[in-house]
Amino acid sequence: MNIKEWIFTTDHKRVGILYLIGSMAAFAVAGVMAMMMRIELSSLGPTITANPTTYNVWLYSHGAIMILAFQIPALTGFFANFCIPLMIGAKDVAFPRVNALSVWLFYVGVILALLTFFVPDPPDVMWTGYPPYSTITTGNTAFYTFTVLILGFASIIGGVNFLTTVVYMRAPGMGWTKLNIFVWCTLGAFVLQLIFVPVLGTAVTLISLDKYLGTHFFDPTNGGDVLTYQNLFWFYSHPAVYVIFLPFFGVLFEIVATFARNRVFNYKMVVFGGIFGIVALAGVVWVHHLYVSGMADWLRIGMMVTTLMISVPVGLMLIGLVGTLYKGSISFETPMLYASGVMFLFLIGGLTGIPLAVPSLTVHLARTYYVVGHFHYVMAVAGTFSIFAGVYYWFPKFTGRMYNEFWGKLGFWITFVGTNMVFWTMMDIGVQGMPRRYYDYAQFPQFVSAHQFMTLGSIILGIGFVIAVVNWIVGAIRGPKAGDNPWGSHSLEWTTVSPPPHGNWPSPPSVAENWTPYGYDKP
Amino acid sequence: MRNLKKLGAAVAGCLISASTAFAEGYPVAAGSGAPPAVRDPAAGWDHLWREVIIDITIIGVVFALITAWLLWRYRHRPGNETGHAPKLSAAAAVAWVVIPTFVFLADDLYIAANGWHLWNVYREVPADRLEISLETGMYSFDYTYPNGLRTQNELKVPAGKPVLLRMTSRDTLHNHFIPDFRVKEDSMPGRITYLWFLPKEAGKQHVVSCAAYCGVMHSYMASKIVVLSPEDYKAWYDKEGAKLNEMKSAAEQTKAMPAKKS
Repeated sequence: MNIKEWIFTTDHKRVGILYLIGSMAAFAVAGVMAMMMRIELSSLGPTITANPTTYNVWLYSHGAIMILAFQIPALTGFFANFCIPLMIGAKDVAFPRVNALSVWLFYVGVILALLTFFVPDPPDVMWTGYPPYSTITTGNTAFYTFTVLILGFASIIGGVNFLTTVVYMRAPGMGWTKLNIFVWCTLGAFVLQLIFVPVLGTAVTLISLDKYLGTHFFDPTNGGDVLTYQNLFWFYSHPAVYVIFLPFFGVLFEIVATFARNRVFNYKMVVFGGIFGIVALAGVVWVHHLYVSGMADWLRIGMMVTTLMISVPVGLMLIGLVGTLYKGSISFETPMLYASGVMFLFLIGGLTGIPLAVPSLTVHLARTYYVVGHFHYVMAVAGTFSIFAGVYYWFPKFTGRMYNEFWGKLGFWITFVGTNMVFWTMMDIGVQGMPRRYYDYAQFPQFVSAHQFMTLGSIILGIGFVIAVVNWIVGAIRGPKAGDNPWGSHSLEWTTVSPPPHGNWPSPPSVAENWTPYGYDKP
Repeated sequence: MRNLKKLGAAVAGCLISASTAFAEGYPVAAGSGAPPAVRDPAAGWDHLWREVIIDITIIGVVFALITAWLLWRYRHRPGNETGHAPKLSAAAAVAWVVIPTFVFLADDLYIAANGWHLWNVYREVPADRLEISLETGMYSFDYTYPNGLRTQNELKVPAGKPVLLRMTSRDTLHNHFIPDFRVKEDSMPGRITYLWFLPKEAGKQHVVSCAAYCGVMHSYMASKIVVLSPEDYKAWYDKEGAKLNEMKSAAEQTKAMPAKKS
């Protein structure tokens, strides 16, 4: 294996694998930060650090890295890069060199994010970077700004690339209703990235202008307004939730259809109701992050209605996913085990969001551990489980080898127990009033035992993730040969050899009139 | 047909009760007689929370049971190598969109109506109230009473009287969160925000904590609300007010004296 070939590669599969390695490294670092915080919170007062700033830096890097350098790049970097050209029957993406630039920028962003731990005054502004604190802190807000800008730019050029690829490079005969659900989901996610990332870029740039060049965008003593930033920030960062949600649901659809050996239930409902509905509503719900921020009352009430309406497209997608099981022939290999777990745990994550859509309930729930538990059920449980399910699912395709089934299943069950211990308890103490982002909780001594229980849970869940990652590494090096199509899938990416060669197919594929990626009932 | 009539009656009943719920949210017209009873937002919160929790639990359990049953019923068995879900007819496909959409929307609007109603309770402050102005700063809550009395990180209030906090901030974002009263709102420089709560039991203390990340000592920024009986409160308030007046006049005298000398 030639290192230089990998660094200068323009092959979409290698770019994808680079994305996977980078985002998993980021996941490991941010996961260690989470463990440190959990250990710190296992007792009242200082436990492993006496300096609250150290804790705040862990918290900042955990949030920023998990979202910007793990979830979004793993889903729209690795899965999109590896799967989309294979699924639509293309030899590569439309702009392979732009693709290489995108992964380079991603690595610059990840390295910048990790340098956080080595600069003298690391940023301690939380991943939201709200002013006025972010403009008066001694922490290095510029690191935050540049990390966001570079990762955002990497994502935007990826988005341009994939939209072009899907529009122009589908195999002959592949109409829009023959695309894999994953391709549709990822398209939706990239449309959202292209519309909304520039707004985030603007917001974080203005922060640095305020702090280092003395402008007054968010300084009320000179005519600025602190609320402007919060609006700009969440105008991107709520759609970012769907940038994560859509691709991970796409991954789930691929896995469930393959392991149920069944057509997707009501394909057009999922695409035109679910995915289109989410893209349409994504940009008009952001004020639910500002329900207790002093926004105008009419905006809080208006966005309560739009936020509640999100339950319609999400519900349609869930019906499509669960309906795909109907009259199937379901087997439970590791990817399907993770996917089945998500079908239950996403219910918890999604439904606990409904109280958070109602301003009069968030006056108590906002900014507490309830919120933390809720969005971890969506992102850390449903999102990360789906990423792990997807890596297990396409593992034989991108390595050509098989992981160990026993350790895969064991890893799942350990993680399943650990996540529920941590995040269910979070929601419970949140409803009782435990505020988030607390280094110490002297006013709430009644929660010590709950915090200790969560620390134990986080150790269990960490062990589960480590088992999975070790399983992949060992499997990639010396697993048994997997064959080209171990799951018996009908989707196009399984018709080539494993791992696919440069150019993907010896001759470009075309699809028949009655072909669909889910046509298991046809011979 | 009879079922249809029943359904119609039920829908009409729901609409009527919903419309009264909306009407309750608005202030009583002037000259309608006795002042309206003060509604406690915290009690309303507990009620709505229970309602929404029951609602989402039912949805969650139904979905989970269906999923579990499907996973079990259609597990892989010998002789059943591929799935054979029927292709939906056009009518069925549309019905699977329209019916769930209506069910979800109905539930959404039900929750939205109730949430809006409670929101009005949270935002309409009763006229007979104690008004406190609050300035937050790193890392303290500074309260000022109507007579100019100032306290830090402790607010004494009389039981049974609504308390309105008008809030602003000296430096960064802060948030006055009172878990027992189910209320919080940000304070920030350059804007004035408000919240109100109804202290009920005299002799109780309530934790206040900062719920907006405000800097290094964020987790140590705390305050408490001490509820006194109306008599105790009045005694304390008058005594402190008198002390304050003495200090003020003394300060004016000392200010005036050097002016005479020179």
